[in-house]
Formats: sequence, structure tokens, C-alpha cells
Amino acid sequence: MRMTGTGIGQGVATGPVARMPEPLATPADVPSTLGVEAEKTRTLESLGRVARALEERGAKAGGTARDVLEAQAMMAEDPTLADSIDDLLGQGKTAERAVSEAFAAFRDQLAAMGGYLGERAADLDDVAQRVIADLLGVPAPGVPERDEPFVLVARDLAPADTALLDLDKVLALVTSDGGPTSHTAILAREKSIVAVVGVLDALSLTDGETVVVDAAVGAVVSEPTEEEVTAARTRIAERAALVDAPATPGALADGTAIPLLANLGSSKAAKAAADGGAEGVGLFRTEFLFLDAGGSAPTIDEQRAHYIELLEAFPGKKVVVRLLDAGADKPLEFLNDAHEENPALGLRGLRALRVSEDILREQLTALAEADKVTSADLWVMAPMVSTVEETTYFVTLAKELGLKTVGVMVEVPSIALLADKVMAEADFASIGTNDLTQYTLAADRLLGSVAAFQDPWHPAVLRLVGEVGAAGARAGKPVGICGEAAADPLLAVVLVGLGATTLSMSPSALADVRASLSRYTLDEARRFADIALAASGAAEARAAVTAAVASRKEN
Amino acid sequence: MVTRTVRIGSSHGLHARPAKLFTQAAAAAPNPVTIAKGDGKAVNAASILGVISLGVEFGDYVTLSSEGDGADATLDELTELLVTDHDQA
Repeated sequence: MRMTGTGIGQGVATGPVARMPEPLATPADVPSTLGVEAEKTRTLESLGRVARALEERGAKAGGTARDVLEAQAMMAEDPTLADSIDDLLGQGKTAERAVSEAFAAFRDQLAAMGGYLGERAADLDDVAQRVIADLLGVPAPGVPERDEPFVLVARDLAPADTALLDLDKVLALVTSDGGPTSHTAILAREKSIVAVVGVLDALSLTDGETVVVDAAVGAVVSEPTEEEVTAARTRIAERAALVDAPATPGALADGTAIPLLANLGSSKAAKAAADGGAEGVGLFRTEFLFLDAGGSAPTIDEQRAHYIELLEAFPGKKVVVRLLDAGADKPLEFLNDAHEENPALGLRGLRALRVSEDILREQLTALAEADKVTSADLWVMAPMVSTVEETTYFVTLAKELGLKTVGVMVEVPSIALLADKVMAEADFASIGTNDLTQYTLAADRLLGSVAAFQDPWHPAVLRLVGEVGAAGARAGKPVGICGEAAADPLLAVVLVGLGATTLSMSPSALADVRASLSRYTLDEARRFADIALAASGAAEARAAVTAAVASRKEN
Repeated sequence: MVTRTVRIGSSHGLHARPAKLFTQAAAAAPNPVTIAKGDGKAVNAASILGVISLGVEFGDYVTLSSEGDGADATLDELTELLVTDHDQA
């Protein structure tokens, strides 16, 4: 039987199912035999123990998980919740029952709000179960332990479970609840675990039965045939080979080179990206340097040290550094502290740097100095450029300060439409597809209610990419993509068809994109691009290209 | 009674990490503080469940209230947390 859900990533796995234990039974509503004060003491002690245990797990897990676990610890000791538990204990209920009722009331309230808050209901349920288990003196519900690797099947995973998953034992995660923004999905993405979430029938799977989990198509196959298991094993081996093999340079099936670069947010991640097969850095974000520096901009010396650390990880390779990208939505008080109604349309990126030109000059100077003492090929680019005049300004200033290769980011439709004039001034262009989509469709990318517009497959966005690609080809200058679009293995091929000459993405996406590019020739990529451009919407473009790929396989 | 009306600067609104940081600071403050979204009901700012259930998004306005000695300083500190974008760090 084949069940479907939302796949996270491109992985595949097969193995025996291990079911997450079902939650504890709801404590019976019987009068306390201990008395109100004794129940209050038990409850307080128990809430405290659970909170401390969650904090401890958080400290052990670190990273994103730590914040989530600390938030759960705070839920256990929440004053509003404590008031409501006290009320229930005052009515003569047992500690177990009072905890269960009080948590359930809040849980229902969150679940009713839906979306992100609805998904936090699982966090709260998890805390309640832990407290009740503690009161009963039974082990807290958790990840099953097995000697052999397994496919974990659960209703949904709470952060406390996912944080301590032994990755060597977990082949894949399958949940019946939870969407693409659930913790299971977030952590699966972060840790590259094969996962399919929101599989309605997942709980019909039984302990020990073999399943195939295919995240690429969002499917879970129960009672798979021998052929299905063999096919899955072949794909697992292929993917493992992709990741383990010394990464080859990115290229199409006809040999056209498409260098694959990494997006990095700090110099600390540089070495891991280089080891992971990145042929350089296509987008190095410099905001962290400024955010970490406190209330003022970092000095030239401080900046230079960071840039040297970054450039030394990529000897002889290309590293594209984006100048400070801040605005009212990413406030840095020394740059722009004005309140703006529309920060996305405000004084941000190059606009803000131009107003504080000393900061821009210092950053360019630090970069030029780091370039002199390292062997990487340093390129610099300005964010949020919207006119040809701004392009000229930035290129002139950067060259005056000693930078050799100077370009601009294409995030605003105005300069995509004037790409010929931009390419006459700049040495290269790099398309930030996230912002380009936001500005083309006039949909705030941070606003959940218009999230559906934020789809880089939209033909209007692809046409603008095509304008820049064509202008780059006419000028003989490179056009990179450094938005999330480049990490979508199929869209990456379309972008190359539109004229992208390099693709930059988070390092975890490199292997899949490399594999996808190697399947198609430049002519095919161009044909897919034409098909996408001819569509009238994002979903239609994606479906049409997917269909074209499928019919190609049959022929 | 001292009040402040603040626009949320965190791009993911006031849940997850920003809510945790805010609630921790409110719990550590010497004076009790309440927070309300728009004209809505005020909740205890030291309650993470109360704060999360307000469903505050990026750009929403919230009103903080407190009273007693040091209430001004407390609200200044909390305001600073709310206008900062913790998700970009």
C-alpha cells in the first residue's frame, strides 16, 4: 500500500518500523486522597523536575533544539498555567488530573489558532505527558530503543524527542500529523534525515514491518515488493555515493560547466562547505559581523581578520562577498534607526550604505586588504540595487578602493529589466530569487498570509531571470543565482536554461543539484526554460516542466 | 501605570525564540508586566503560553503596562527586546 504526505528533502530509506509509544491514558477524575496542600507540593516539585530535565536536554542538544527545549521548560513553569492548576487542585482533584486538564485547556486554545501556533500544541502535549509520567513515577514517553536501525513512525515528534534522536539508528521519520513547518520537518531538514510528514494513515503501520520511505515524492510504501525494496536500496547507494564521492565540479550532461557554490553566513562554516564539494562561495553574508559587534560597526581590523579566515578556506577559488545588507527590517542602529512602514521598500541594502558611506568604504577596504594576503578569487557585490546609477556608483567606489571584480545583486525588477545597461557597468550579476520574487509579486516574504505568492517558479520571476541571463550572455559576463531557487534540483536546471552560469545554495543542497544538472544537456535546459516561461503561473510552470522531464524518461 | 506601545521587529513575530527571550526578561523584571496585542486583552508578560497565544506577528503593535518603582526602566528594557529582530542573528 502506498501512503502519501509531505516529503522533506530528496532522500529515500527502507527498514523496519518502530512505533513511538502511544501517549499515557488521561488520568481519571477521582477526588484526591492526599489533600490539597500535599497535591500542590507534588505538582510544584514535578513541574520543577520536568523543567530542569528539559533544560538539561536543551544544553546537551544545543542549536535550534536548545531554544525549543528551553521554551518547553518555561511552559512547564508558566505562571498562568500554575494558576489554573492551583484552581483545579483547590477543587480536590489529583495532581495528575489537574495537570492534565490545565495543559489540555491551553493545548486546545493553541490548536484552535491553527498554523504555527497549532503546531506548538504538540510541544505543550509533550510537556504535559512528561509531568504526568513524573507524577506517576513511570518513564517519560520517548523515542523507542532498538538494536537495529529503524523507521520511526509517530503521530508527531516533540522537540525533546527529535533533539536526542540517535541518527545512526533512525533511517527515516514518518509522522501522521504535522506539516512542513512542524518540528519534525524543521529538524529533518537541519539534520538531513529522510522524512515524510503528515501521512494520514501512518499510524496503521505496525512495529517491525518493512516500509520504503521516499521523501522525493512524499510517499511511504507498506508491504513493498522485492523490486520496490531493491529499487530503494539502489537509490540509497546512489545517493550515498553522491554525498561520499569526491564531489565533481557541477556540469550538465553535455559537459557545460555550471560551478556550484555555497551560501554562507559566517566564516566558521567555510571549511565544512569546501569539504562538502562547494567550488567556492556564491554568497557570503556579512551581516553577522555587524550584528555581533554590538552597537557600532566592527573596525577594519576586525573585519579583515574574518575575511582572511573565509578566503583561506577557498584557496584559488571564487568567493563572492555581499556587502552589509541591512534595513529597517534588519535594524542596525548605526545604519538606519528610522521607523518605516514598509521596510522592504525602504532605506536598506546599498541605499542605507550609501547614506553611511564611511561604513561602506571601511568594509570595502577591509575586503581589499584581505584579498591582497590570500589566494582566493574575491568578488564583491552590493545588495538591493535598483538603478543603473547605483550600479555605476558602487562599481566605481569598489574599484577605487582596490577590489578587482565588482558586481550587483539583482533583487529588484527594475534592474533586471535594464540588465543590458547594468551588465555594461558591472563585472557580474547575482540574482537573489527570494527578494526578486517578493518584489515582482508585491508580496512581503515575511508575511504568512501572502506566503503562497513567494514561489520562484512564477513565470514573471523566470522572465526577469531570463532578461539578466540574456544580457550576461551578450556582455560575456557571468550571471549567478544565490536564492533558494537554486537549491531546487529541477528549478536549478530551468535557471541554467535561462542563462545562469553558476548556482549558489546552502551546502546541504549541493549533492542533489549536482546530480540533477548532470542529467540534462544545455539544449534540454533551454527547452525546459521555454516550457516554464510559457506557463501562466508558478504551479503550472512546475507541473509542465515535471511532465516534460517524465516524458523524456519514457522516450 | 506606565505603558508603551511597540511595533514588533522580529521577522517571525513573537513566538518561538523571541517569545522565550521576552518572557524570560519579563519574568526577571522586578515589576509585574502585562502585554496586549492591539486593543485586545492584556496577559501576564511572564507567561510564555499567554504571550504565544496572543499570536503576535512581525509589524503588529503591542502595548506593555507596568507600575511601581522602576516600571519605566523595566518597560524600556522589554521594548528594546521587542523592536529587535532576533531571527537575523
